[in-house]
Amino acid sequence: MIVGDRKPMDEILEMLEPYENILILGCGTCVTVCLSGGEREAAILAGQLRIWGKKEGKNLNIMEHTIQRQCEKEWVDEMRGHVEKADVVLSLACGVGVQLVAEMYEEKAIYPGLNTTFMGYPVVHGTWLENCRGCGNCVLAHTGGVCPITRCAKSLLNGPCGGSQDGKCEISKDTECAWQVIYERLKKKDQLDWMNSYQPPRDWSTAGDGGPRKSVKIEEVID
Amino acid sequence: MKAGSNLEKILEAGKFAVTSEIGPPKSANANVIRKKCGMLKGFVDAANITDNQTAIVRLSSIAAANILLQEGIEPVAQMTVRDRNRIAIQSDLLGAAALGVKNVLCLSGDHQVFGNHPQSKNVFDIDSMQLIRMLKDMRDEKKFECGDEMDVEPRLFLGAAANPFADPFEFRVDRLAKKIDAGVDFIQTQGIYDVPRFEKWLNEANDRGLTEKVYILGGVIPLKSAGAAKYIKNKVAGMMVPDEVIDRMKNASDAKQEGIKIAIETIEQLKNMKGVHGVHVMAIEWEEKVPEIVKESGLLPRPTA
Repeated sequence: MIVGDRKPMDEILEMLEPYENILILGCGTCVTVCLSGGEREAAILAGQLRIWGKKEGKNLNIMEHTIQRQCEKEWVDEMRGHVEKADVVLSLACGVGVQLVAEMYEEKAIYPGLNTTFMGYPVVHGTWLENCRGCGNCVLAHTGGVCPITRCAKSLLNGPCGGSQDGKCEISKDTECAWQVIYERLKKKDQLDWMNSYQPPRDWSTAGDGGPRKSVKIEEVID
Repeated sequence: MKAGSNLEKILEAGKFAVTSEIGPPKSANANVIRKKCGMLKGFVDAANITDNQTAIVRLSSIAAANILLQEGIEPVAQMTVRDRNRIAIQSDLLGAAALGVKNVLCLSGDHQVFGNHPQSKNVFDIDSMQLIRMLKDMRDEKKFECGDEMDVEPRLFLGAAANPFADPFEFRVDRLAKKIDAGVDFIQTQGIYDVPRFEKWLNEANDRGLTEKVYILGGVIPLKSAGAAKYIKNKVAGMMVPDEVIDRMKNASDAKQEGIKIAIETIEQLKNMKGVHGVHVMAIEWEEKVPEIVKESGLLPRPTA
């Protein structure tokens, strides 16, 4: 899923300062599952803003609404009535959702309530780990299902650097060395050949370095 | 001859090589480098110039290498893949070769979180393995990484690092084999304090015939204090310092002299190991001690290539 963290309260208040009719817009998919921007978090933030408004002596109208997905036009279009009542929308979706809402309501002030962080899964309840950078050229078939592009701090392709020790990455004792994990997995499967052979430089043009990417499924395109 | 450097000639002649290291200053002061050259001249076959080591901004390795050339010391320009993409690396090394640099050490580079710009964006377009192959193809095939051809190729003697103290240990000789396959000519190892572990790695490399395909220079870092030894053991990823070395440093009446003594003893051991072709003495901000270490290790005078 796409993981995000709510922005610091000071930054949110700075964005919302000029407005009175505020819509807190939750998203029902990834950010709900990662507990940062769903219905529950929208309600919590709305409550905090109401208390802040009272303290500041402001006459605020804080509204909450959550849609299934802010990254699909149909859902974003359906909530038009809610958006029209507000001067500002604070979207708790990932950056994708914020951008689509901003595109479909160009005349409105649309602000992000989250910092979108990465694609990952929870390792224990409340802790998510980055697993995928969407590099456009997946190597997981060769690396025991562990992504070195994402999980190696240097995105190395030819095995661990000299800073790998006791299973940890040189950057922190809290970070696993991805290549240690890959080595152990491949050893178990008796598939060390790929790791033991030279891997040439990557084509990063698929990874966003070739400019913004587009995915076209030609058979699905309706003219 | 691949590059015809002094270092290559000495190794090719089967002589025991001595390299050292100069850390450029955190300023534009060329005199710091010239002064360090004065300390090392006549005592080493070549001197590495570190490339923003520990990700702290310093005077550029290639510019410093050029100062070494002016001072009559052969440089080994270190090049990391942390700060430059394949375009910048190829360009910089064409420039280095044009200036007369003949040795390059290909490195991943310490991650930028260690340095003084932890908020910077890193590059890692290619890794150190791919850097070796890219430079080999430039030299031997006259080809850029993209396959385009060039008229005048950079004649570089290609070095890389090996760390027998990092994990997974079983992969460390495999990684050496990969570097040889990629085209490396010489290896400088991480600093050796745990001699038995180094020998274990070396013996496997010998058994696999790898030390006949590449020159190995054993890394030696003289310790200044017991505190430094403990710091290296506990805080520097990928290094090992046995407790007996720490105890020796702790119990010594003159810790600095003990550090030099340990370095000399290590070199003596390395000189007698099959598959070791030289030493790389890294006296970090202590370059003035290199002559004493080299002399007491019986490695003077340095051969003329």
